[in-house]
Amino acid sequence: MAAWVTTAPSGVKTTSEDLMENDILIEARALSRRYGATAAVSDLNLTLRKGEILGLLGPNGAGKSTTMKMLAGVLAPTGGSVRINGISLSADARGAKRNLGYLPEQPPVYPELTVDEYLRYCAGLHGVASSARAAAMQRAKQSCGLTDVAGRLIGNLSKGYQQRVGIAQAIIHRPAVVILDEPTVGLDPIQIREIRTLIKELGEEHSVILSSHILPEIQAVCSRVMIINKGHAVYSEPLKEAGTEGFSTVLATFRNAPPVSSLGSFAGVKSFDALGGGQVRFHLADGADPREAIADAAVRGSWGLIELRAEIRTLEEIFVVLTSGERLEPTASTLKEAA
Amino acid sequence: MPTVLTIAGTEARRIFVSPLAWAVLAVVQAIVGFIFLNLLLDYAGHPADNDQYVGMSDYIGGGLYGFATILLLLIMPLLTMRLFAEERKTGSLTLLLSSPASLIEIVLGKFLGLGVFMLATLALMALMPLTLLAGTNLDLGRIGAGLFGLLLLMSAFGSAGLFVSTLTKEPTIAAVVSFGLLLVVWLFGVLGTRSGIVGDVFTYLSLIGHFENLRRGIFNSADIVYYLLFTMLFLWLAVLRLDSERA
Repeated sequence: MAAWVTTAPSGVKTTSEDLMENDILIEARALSRRYGATAAVSDLNLTLRKGEILGLLGPNGAGKSTTMKMLAGVLAPTGGSVRINGISLSADARGAKRNLGYLPEQPPVYPELTVDEYLRYCAGLHGVASSARAAAMQRAKQSCGLTDVAGRLIGNLSKGYQQRVGIAQAIIHRPAVVILDEPTVGLDPIQIREIRTLIKELGEEHSVILSSHILPEIQAVCSRVMIINKGHAVYSEPLKEAGTEGFSTVLATFRNAPPVSSLGSFAGVKSFDALGGGQVRFHLADGADPREAIADAAVRGSWGLIELRAEIRTLEEIFVVLTSGERLEPTASTLKEAA
Repeated sequence: MPTVLTIAGTEARRIFVSPLAWAVLAVVQAIVGFIFLNLLLDYAGHPADNDQYVGMSDYIGGGLYGFATILLLLIMPLLTMRLFAEERKTGSLTLLLSSPASLIEIVLGKFLGLGVFMLATLALMALMPLTLLAGTNLDLGRIGAGLFGLLLLMSAFGSAGLFVSTLTKEPTIAAVVSFGLLLVVWLFGVLGTRSGIVGDVFTYLSLIGHFENLRRGIFNSADIVYYLLFTMLFLWLAVLRLDSERA
């Protein structure tokens, strides 16, 4: 890969590279972290452009939090480099961290301070000029729905509100990059919904990295997803394609079992399995969609069609395939071939 | 520098919104008041013992501040234990570590925040002898030297406690260890009674020996330098410790 880059004609690449350079807000190269003999994260590459919301997915202990800590500059990587908004985190930590807002797993709040006191402190800490502090606090409180509790002690607020204070802290200085480690953990469904809306809004102005092990959450807010397993990035794709990347099987259920001979006759059907109970799975040729034909035939033959759906590979299926131990090896290698 | 002040301001605020600081100040004031009264009655009751060499400032101011050192040895670990240990325990340390503030700024900010508490303690200790001004003449230079010595002693205690607080995430462990550490350095004075170079070295290293001069009104720059070096050493160790934690 590296050899290809060096031998590529430089003239062709410059324009597109310039465009991309400006847009890239987080760039992590070959990031790795060891704790003694255990490798928590190894050789992880990550690029996040402006306006993207990246979801980090992975089973417990996969290395999500370690990755985020390294991106936030709280933990030094054992190897590799991180650039925030083009500034190297190791060479100019102060400059890089100015462009960064980070919410760790535990919201880093002081229970003995009021929301206002705490946010004023955070604004100062992140270098917001004292003249702009009031406005910054107002904006952060508004976007996190904290205006009503501004004068209350953080320790007396519910977990959900504390979480919001944590998010307000991460965005008060309008950083280019916001890193949120499990922002909805421990919240009730309504709060989760509100936080998701907030994250989507954040994604319009900032780049957001968000970790979770809740799949629907990632699906609801992220534009890109990266799955980490045992410290390796095993999947990194825009999320829309995960839902619409086509389907290779169609599942149909009939109340009156149709004659077997007629099932194989649809255009684009390579083979089919009768699953019992009137269920039939059709295996399709590439790009084929016989659903309409099946429905027509079912009506004409009175097969009693009660279910007909394309089996789309959901994020959950991808996740299970990539993170379950037995099938990890072949999948990882096919991904590498594809890349 | 603005970052240091921001951190210091919030740290001072957090110290004073906690009941611990007020409880400590109240207890200290009660005990110091008791000792003060005792010394005052003592002085008034035995006028014959007091010659031209021992004045009121010496007897009461010096006596009070000599006793105050033991109190400070007991209370400073209680105040320093929270500085980093508690923040690490609750996870709020991440706020500082992910902010653009450098580790030096963080440590200095915390220390200066603690400095506000030290000044408050000092003010309480200053006010009591100063009430005597209403009825007698005091050697203000002597009282001032004693107070300055207490401040230096407190910053030495404070920096050592701050360093120990960076080592653990249990505030109580930080308190016990920093108390032990301070006591050991204090007791270097005992080893100092040995003759020869060993005695000299330990006499110099002992925390309390350098206070003795200031308490008696002798302003020796070697003593000042000792406390400043002691303070800077432990603040620097705290920075190194926090830095090694990231790696």
